[in-house]
Amino acid sequence: MTTWGMAIDVDRCTGCEACVVACRGENNVPIDGPEATSKGRTTEWLRIERFIEGTFPRVRMRFKPVLCVHCDNAPCVKVCPVSATYESEDGLNAQIHPRCIGTRACAHACPYTVRFFNWSEPSWEAPLEQTINPDVAIRWKGIMEKCTFCVQRIRRGEDQAKEEARAVRDGEIDPACAQSCPTRAITFGDLDDPDSQVSALHRSARAELPLADLGTGPRVAYLMEGEWRGSVPAREAD
Amino acid sequence: MEASRREKQIEDSLLRHVVETGSGFYIVLVVLLAIIAVGGLAWMRQLRDGLSVASMNQPVYWGLYITNYIFFIGISHAGTLISAILRLTGAEWRRPITRVAEVITVVALIMGSSNILWHLGRPELAYLPMIHPQFLSPLIWDVGAISLYITGSIIYLYLPLIPDLALLRDRGTRFKGLYTILAVGWDGSERQHARLEKAISFMAVAIIPVAVSVHTVVSWTLAMTLVPMWHTAIFGPYFVVGAIFSGIAALMIAMAILRKVFHLEEYFGPLQFNNLSLLLVTMSCLWAYFTFAEHLTAWYGHEHAEMAVLNSRLSGAFAPYFWFMIVSCFVIPMGILAFKRTRTITGSVIASVFVLIGMWLERFIIVISSASHPRSEQMWDAGTYTPSWVEIAMTASEFAAFILFYVVFAKLFPLVSIWEVKEAPPEVSEPGAGPVDAASVQA
Repeated sequence: MTTWGMAIDVDRCTGCEACVVACRGENNVPIDGPEATSKGRTTEWLRIERFIEGTFPRVRMRFKPVLCVHCDNAPCVKVCPVSATYESEDGLNAQIHPRCIGTRACAHACPYTVRFFNWSEPSWEAPLEQTINPDVAIRWKGIMEKCTFCVQRIRRGEDQAKEEARAVRDGEIDPACAQSCPTRAITFGDLDDPDSQVSALHRSARAELPLADLGTGPRVAYLMEGEWRGSVPAREAD
Repeated sequence: MEASRREKQIEDSLLRHVVETGSGFYIVLVVLLAIIAVGGLAWMRQLRDGLSVASMNQPVYWGLYITNYIFFIGISHAGTLISAILRLTGAEWRRPITRVAEVITVVALIMGSSNILWHLGRPELAYLPMIHPQFLSPLIWDVGAISLYITGSIIYLYLPLIPDLALLRDRGTRFKGLYTILAVGWDGSERQHARLEKAISFMAVAIIPVAVSVHTVVSWTLAMTLVPMWHTAIFGPYFVVGAIFSGIAALMIAMAILRKVFHLEEYFGPLQFNNLSLLLVTMSCLWAYFTFAEHLTAWYGHEHAEMAVLNSRLSGAFAPYFWFMIVSCFVIPMGILAFKRTRTITGSVIASVFVLIGMWLERFIIVISSASHPRSEQMWDAGTYTPSWVEIAMTASEFAAFILFYVVFAKLFPLVSIWEVKEAPPEVSEPGAGPVDAASVQA
């Protein structure tokens, strides 16, 4: 069996947002424009969160790419009244767009806030419509969408391996974000394979699971230096 | 002779609003329909452009529609409490007010659950949960509980209506055909009476657990998620108490309006208002206790995300609403209704209006303040929520439709259960019973 997972090395992330752009292009994530963005309606399957640590002059900024962590015990799956979101056998939390009725219950259930609602019909300003990826369906207004771990790439890689009558090689399949990262901060692979790079990184002492104490069982781990561990600056409650 | 004259007098005064229609009715009708039309336009706009015309965002995915949904379903608890519990406990003073309360239940349930239609991203698929239910979802529990409650309360409204429908049929007023069908051959025989009483008693018992389950499950759609200050076990009972609380307030406002408009002063008298006010005070204390317990627990635990929600309520963006809610749900009702001198009809109506506003705000605060502070801290400032004109227009038209349904009901059916009032001991149904001392009427 395969269980897809990811490890993100936060120490390597420069915050360049190449992954954000790659994700948008690969998955036909619409460009919402400044108006929707100012209203808090941006669709970003992958976003960069910024943390400022310390005070001047000893200050540094850290970047954290945030995407669906494809929980083992996903809160979003449980609350959907029509099973529009489900967990696949290989550990992907997927959204069935035609089944979704838009209750947005999953969006509240998700503690990572990485599910996105189509507040209006998506549109691409010319000539951006030419960038639309034919491998990925375009969503429509009134439904939820989310990171798929680039399921189209996973399936293509699996088909390729099957054709060549071999197993999928570690590192062969990369989602758009991992592929585009210039510092190779993102590693993708099979968590069930103890020899895969991503499993090794998950076992690393530097690895930390986001909001692990909620018991959601994230399949995305963040790697951080020892001295930074646990020092995620707690924002003052306002 | 004396008794039959009294019965005739009761019939005439209680049927007047069904058989006579003044110009006032049409004015109200036009005004209400105009408000509903604006809401209809707003909805068409939303269907065309998507929910972007509502001002929900990320992370506030639920807004005014869910607030109204919880509010109206809460109001619907008026009928159950007044009619079922008081019927079971044999409180005689409830006789004239049971139907007014039961109509609130049915109409509020219709208005509350229809919010789902404009809340959904794809309302055309609103039937999907019925044919492909996913039973782990609290939303499915909601669908089940509310369907059951609507069915039950329609039956519960209809059963005591049968003898009155037969009366209308026999009087040969307009819509005789309708009344004949609905009266299902009622002839007032002993046997029929016994059966009706039995059926009503059964429904009164059956409807209470259903009503409790409804608002519990409504609260669970929030409480089952991990969202700070939603994820708490107190939500079930807290919502049920709040529902009954707001239900009583809605009932008293409805009674106060109806007694003026339809000249029912004799039936909705100081006795009824006094007793309902005492119930309101009780629920106000319970509500305050739950509110205090909920917020103290959050504060003492001092968990990071919960504190963000709590602070936004106590001193942040939601503070004006929060403190207004405390004043209008506890301070004002207690200040007015705890004292005999101010526990008048006017006093109880003023208190009720504040309670309704406060309870609407409570739902608004609960939904929005938690939703805007999810576990993912970086999203805390991402979206602010101020309802758009579409959402406000829809809300206004929901309230207008609520009143419209009520008015139409009043034009078709008697608002006071005529046969039950006739059967009442004289001191309850006697016109002009006058103010009654609180201590002497504790039924």
